Amino acid sequence: MVQLNNISKTYNKGSTLAVDNVSFSVDKGELFGLIGPDGAGKTSIFRILTTLLLPDTGTASVTGLDIIKDYKAIRNGVGYMPGRFSLYQDLTVEENLNFFATLFNTTIRENYELIKDIYIQIEPFKTRRAGKLSGGMKQKLALCCALIHKPTVLFLDEPTTGVDAVSRKEFWEMLKRLKEQGITILVSTPYMDEATLCDRIALIQTGKILSIDTPEKIIKQFQEQLYAVKSGNMYKLLNDLKRYEYISSCYPFGEFFHVLFKNNVHNIKTEVMNYLKSKGHEQLEMHSIPPTIEDCFIKLMTH
Amino acid sequence: MTTTVIKTENLTKRFGDFIAVDKISFEVHPGEIFGFLGANGAGKTTAMRMLCGLSIPSNGFATVAGYDVYKETEQIKKSIGYMSQKFSLYEDLTVTENIHFFGGIYGLSDKQIKEKSTELIQKLELEDQTKKLVKTLPLGWKQKLAFSVAIIHQPQIVFLDEPTGGVDPVTRRQFWDLIYDAADKGITVFVTTHYMDEAEYCHRVSIMVDGSIKALDSPSALKKQFSADSMDKVFYELARGAKRSDN
Repeated sequence: MVQLNNISKTYNKGSTLAVDNVSFSVDKGELFGLIGPDGAGKTSIFRILTTLLLPDTGTASVTGLDIIKDYKAIRNGVGYMPGRFSLYQDLTVEENLNFFATLFNTTIRENYELIKDIYIQIEPFKTRRAGKLSGGMKQKLALCCALIHKPTVLFLDEPTTGVDAVSRKEFWEMLKRLKEQGITILVSTPYMDEATLCDRIALIQTGKILSIDTPEKIIKQFQEQLYAVKSGNMYKLLNDLKRYEYISSCYPFGEFFHVLFKNNVHNIKTEVMNYLKSKGHEQLEMHSIPPTIEDCFIKLMTH
Repeated sequence: MTTTVIKTENLTKRFGDFIAVDKISFEVHPGEIFGFLGANGAGKTTAMRMLCGLSIPSNGFATVAGYDVYKETEQIKKSIGYMSQKFSLYEDLTVTENIHFFGGIYGLSDKQIKEKSTELIQKLELEDQTKKLVKTLPLGWKQKLAFSVAIIHQPQIVFLDEPTGGVDPVTRRQFWDLIYDAADKGITVFVTTHYMDEAEYCHRVSIMVDGSIKALDSPSALKKQFSADSMDKVFYELARGAKRSDN
């Protein structure tokens, strides 16, 4: 459905490399996540695929259509929700939706089924101006507007940035239901914990893809044994661990530190516990854990 | 010196008949890292604006760094540092210019500014970047610089409004190293975040829902109270019933 071949994009006369030789493809009906921090190149990739920006080099297609030659056809067929709210603030909820439906030669009624679940949540405010809506409602309206012409591919650029944990969960529930209706979805996010909700993901950093696969397989590629360690004095623990001779890496992760050790040490857990006890640590806890996507990202970044 | 850096009692802010902040009471101690969590629209920003002396409360009582939030707002502004995800530095000024500008704003002498500037640039390893415009720096560097600038005048307390939004996982952790460092030097840190793993890094955490503080304790005590294995679940339990949602 979506295909990128060696796409690169620079800004400022070539001095800023935003997208660095990126290739990947998204299959029909897939929920594909572009996971990476600000400045990774996510928005540039989205703008290239939605024909709003020309790449410097490389080719790309959406539903088999070339992003340069067939830009008009692509624009008619895809839905795009940019990171920044870009509906008409002075139009009401209903007016915005009608406007976008009309632009795409359709009506709200024709594709109502697709947006119904989401639209009923903002319908009580349909006479309110979009500019006066709360953040969560703006987001729902923007999604409705991006869906109103029943797009084949939906591009969502950081739909959950700055959104609280509860609303983020609700948003992903909505995406799951859309996926069940057969829409191919490309979504970007800086939140690593959202990666596992996608079918496949690309981890991206400073314009480069670090890894592409299903979340499960990316986690499987993390071969070392990861440990979670905590003690009564976390600040001292960090310093003691960093000075430990068999340490490979150590970083805070929620209430624990996630720690990797050099892999040639026999019976590492006992060794570490003895070392930390000798340093005076109490309430020590240490156990092996499976890595999260965030652990994978950190490892790929620091490699 | 006070033993509480922030103290509020039934602090309330109304806009017409909308109660944005509804009788919140809490204390923050010196050197504490205090996480101020809540769903979008819970009233965090309004509360924070009152504590920074930018918005006069409708009711209740509060002191920040020992100063009254009704009458001594100018003294409060001199005793605090502030940074947010949206506004922190001037993009069209260089690294050095930003440091000098904010040092001046916070009332440091030229000599102090010079010393601080050198120290800060060394610590952040920005030696090769001093003449670059801030807008050309990666977000993570910007945020680390912004934090260091916000505490350049050694304030009693620093307010951080979603300082790590969108920052990569490695830099996010470096940012927290800076926070720990500041707290270790006695600066109280008042921080909001949407990353629930960061809630675990705070000494104590409050969770606001619909204008009121619904829970306040250490992360471990909160997890026990809600029989949850992560702060994410604690937050979800409390915030899913929220009636308001706003930005």
